[in-house]
Amino acid sequence: MAVCIAVIAKENYPLYIRSVPTQGELKFHYTVHTSLDVVEEKISGVGKALADQRELYLGLLYPTEDYKVYGYVTNSKVKFVIVVDSSNASLRDNEIRSMFRKLHNSFTDVMCNPFYNPGDPIQSKSVFFCAHTLSIFYVTIH
Amino acid sequence: MESLTLSDVEQKYYSELFLSCDVDNTKKVASNGKVLDLFRAAQLSNEVVLQITELCGATRLGHFGRSQFYIALKLIALAQSGMPLRVETLNSVRDLPLPRFVMGKNEQEPRHAVMFADAENQGHYFPRPPLRVQAKKVSAHEMIQPCVPTADPQPDTTSPVVSPHQSPPTSPHAWRKHKRQASGGNVDRQPSVPGVVWPSFREAQPGPVTGDGMWSAHSPPPVQETWVSFTDTPPSSTLPMHPPSAQPESTTVRTGMSAMITNEIQRQTSGYDDPWKITDEQRQYYINQFKTIQPDLTGLIPGSAAKEFFTKSKLPILELSHIWELSDFDKDGALTLDEFCAAFHLVVARKNGYDLPEKLPESLMPKLIDLDDSAGVPEPATEVSFSASPVEVTPNKSPSMPSLNQNWPELNQNNEDTAIVHPVPIRMTPSKIHMQEMELKRTGSDHTHPTSPLMANPPELSDETKLAASIKFPGTSVGDGYSSSDSFTSDQEPISSAVNRQRSHSGTSPEGLKVVAPPPPPPRPHASHSRSSSLDMNRNFAAVPAAGSQQPGVVAFPPAVPPRPLPTQTSVPHGHRSVEGDGLPAHTSTSPHQMPEQPNFADFSQFQAFAVDQPEDDEENPSDSGQAERCPEAAGTMRTTKNDVQAEERNATTVNSAKVSTPLAPPPKPVRRRLKSEDELRPDVEDLPQKSNVIATVLATQPSIPRSIGKDKKAIQASIRRNKETNTVLARLNSELQQQLKDLLEERISLEVQLEQLRPFSHL
Repeated sequence: MAVCIAVIAKENYPLYIRSVPTQGELKFHYTVHTSLDVVEEKISGVGKALADQRELYLGLLYPTEDYKVYGYVTNSKVKFVIVVDSSNASLRDNEIRSMFRKLHNSFTDVMCNPFYNPGDPIQSKSVFFCAHTLSIFYVTIH
Repeated sequence: MESLTLSDVEQKYYSELFLSCDVDNTKKVASNGKVLDLFRAAQLSNEVVLQITELCGATRLGHFGRSQFYIALKLIALAQSGMPLRVETLNSVRDLPLPRFVMGKNEQEPRHAVMFADAENQGHYFPRPPLRVQAKKVSAHEMIQPCVPTADPQPDTTSPVVSPHQSPPTSPHAWRKHKRQASGGNVDRQPSVPGVVWPSFREAQPGPVTGDGMWSAHSPPPVQETWVSFTDTPPSSTLPMHPPSAQPESTTVRTGMSAMITNEIQRQTSGYDDPWKITDEQRQYYINQFKTIQPDLTGLIPGSAAKEFFTKSKLPILELSHIWELSDFDKDGALTLDEFCAAFHLVVARKNGYDLPEKLPESLMPKLIDLDDSAGVPEPATEVSFSASPVEVTPNKSPSMPSLNQNWPELNQNNEDTAIVHPVPIRMTPSKIHMQEMELKRTGSDHTHPTSPLMANPPELSDETKLAASIKFPGTSVGDGYSSSDSFTSDQEPISSAVNRQRSHSGTSPEGLKVVAPPPPPPRPHASHSRSSSLDMNRNFAAVPAAGSQQPGVVAFPPAVPPRPLPTQTSVPHGHRSVEGDGLPAHTSTSPHQMPEQPNFADFSQFQAFAVDQPEDDEENPSDSGQAERCPEAAGTMRTTKNDVQAEERNATTVNSAKVSTPLAPPPKPVRRRLKSEDELRPDVEDLPQKSNVIATVLATQPSIPRSIGKDKKAIQASIRRNKETNTVLARLNSELQQQLKDLLEERISLEVQLEQLRPFSHL
């Protein structure tokens, strides 16, 4: 199950971070921050290829003993990072991909809102976004 | 869990409570959180609550099912009465007061206590909450005009009302529905309702009570909802509510209305009506505003324009963003008329102090484009205004094929080539269908209008037939030809209209299946005798072909088909069942065929081309072999014929085209005929190509008709025969083409597979 979901802007500052155990949030913030390096590495590695050839889903970025970090980058260089608990061994790649897909869809919905200025942090008022992200958190719990 | 017997009042009360806790709308499980809150609201000690939970079996099950919940409620009542908690006592205790739940709000407690004290609530305490709700609601509506145009923030946009976190409409909806079921003297309900509602509110609003005192904590809409079913009191009481037209006024109304306003008022305004409903005048206003931005009511307002517009309302961007998220239903970054009205309504509501719901209320949801009743279209105030918008097709207009046509034109016009052939559900009575078929046959063969009944039907059938016809002949202008020939249809557009109609019919009745050949009734209904008119009609139609385009051609075509021997068999039935007879067998036996045939409408166009080309190319014809030959040609001629057909430039071969088109009409017939006597039809099939000639020949060849009742009858029978023959031929051709198509598809699939295999490197 996902323990943390983060949306990072192009300039590498967070637009949205949410963790499930809300106590240890800072820890996940750091994790996401360090995973950004891996993300950059991955997307620059394919530098010569065109964007459309570059896969949006980056896969496992950064496994630690407690959790795994998965990355996803959009065509506008907005990055999604999902931190998953390692104890949940049954999370398959496809499930992670679907989580990212949902996240991406929610994100585009937020983008469509003319009142949202790209680059602004995604407010919690964007209920749909939050709800959807929360659903991603809990998608595998059941 | 032992069985629980509940009194009527208890039953109602408990079920309402259950519904209030049934956040997820599962109807089976009450969420633990809500339930526990409710129990705590009963002012029992925690141990007691735990004990109750255990007793009712929830701890065992892990959740509160309905029965557990009821048992728990009863135990609470027991506990509150000071009786020991025993499962056995559940059923033994009679006259147990209803469990009381305290909402934790000071002013509410006494109210609640009083209310729940007895099952019968006098509604004394309701006046104010409803009043307020009422006032707000009214003021909101009234405010629209003054408020919006000026775009000035209302004096107290910062309404003290704090909306419950739980979306007001949702729980009230549950309530409302539930209550409505109970209907009638709901006085008993009152106590339970408020009680039930409040727990949810309580949870949602940590600090609801504000300076306003009463109901400030509760968002008006939900309160309204809850009060809805309370009593069926006359609406007159609501009248006093309406006058206030300004927010300040509403405040005065609120305060002034104390005793007078009762639940009835609440119920009145909100009864069967939710607070988010848009009134007609509101909607009209919204539409006018929409027009200022986007003159086309069916168009979209781009996000930027909407942003500017709504920014004028001076609401905080965050709230506007929220409103946008709620109202942009399809998440396309633009607002349709419906979405715009919803957004506007939310803005107005927000400015008047209503809190934004968590999710879009039903009445604000844009109507989806759906032929059936789509979701979220409860009771829009003004459906009429939306009829123009393609997006907001007023659903449940299945009979209104014309309206569907309006809504689908764009879609259909693009589908000319696709010729989507649905099992044409044409809403026509069997008799009509028969009529059409008969007419087709008749008109095709003898250019005669079949019978008076048929003629009588044309007007009725006109709409349907032309639609049906057009549906059936998606890829061809035949349908149009027919219709136009009958001078019933207005448009001559070949495929687009056909497709349009086709689409529009896709959702209509299944009877359409039978209607495969719904040619529009002949244009010249002959008022004379039924049978004998055929000859006359033949003459008429014979004259037409030369003049018109496909229409007459269509008519002219069928005659060639029916084999003599068959007609003899069928002519008899035809004689008397000219109208229904064919229709009936057509229906019964051909309906199944129609399904497969319908998808072949595209083929028909080819076939038409075929048929058209055939006679030109070779006299040889739709004998079985001929058909086989045709099939290969069909592919080649498909496109060309289609184009031709579409172009409606068949004057050169009007007859042929007519003939081609006619096959469409009688497809079911041929199938049927086939079943009957393929052999007999074969020779007739050969006549197909010679469309123009066939007619003459067929006309000439009526000798085999045993009956010599009269010229008319013979003519009719002959035409019937010809039509049938044509039908059979066409049906055969159709099947062969289908076969070809299948083969081609298989080939294509195999090729694609090969391609995939050959291209593994593209993924590297």
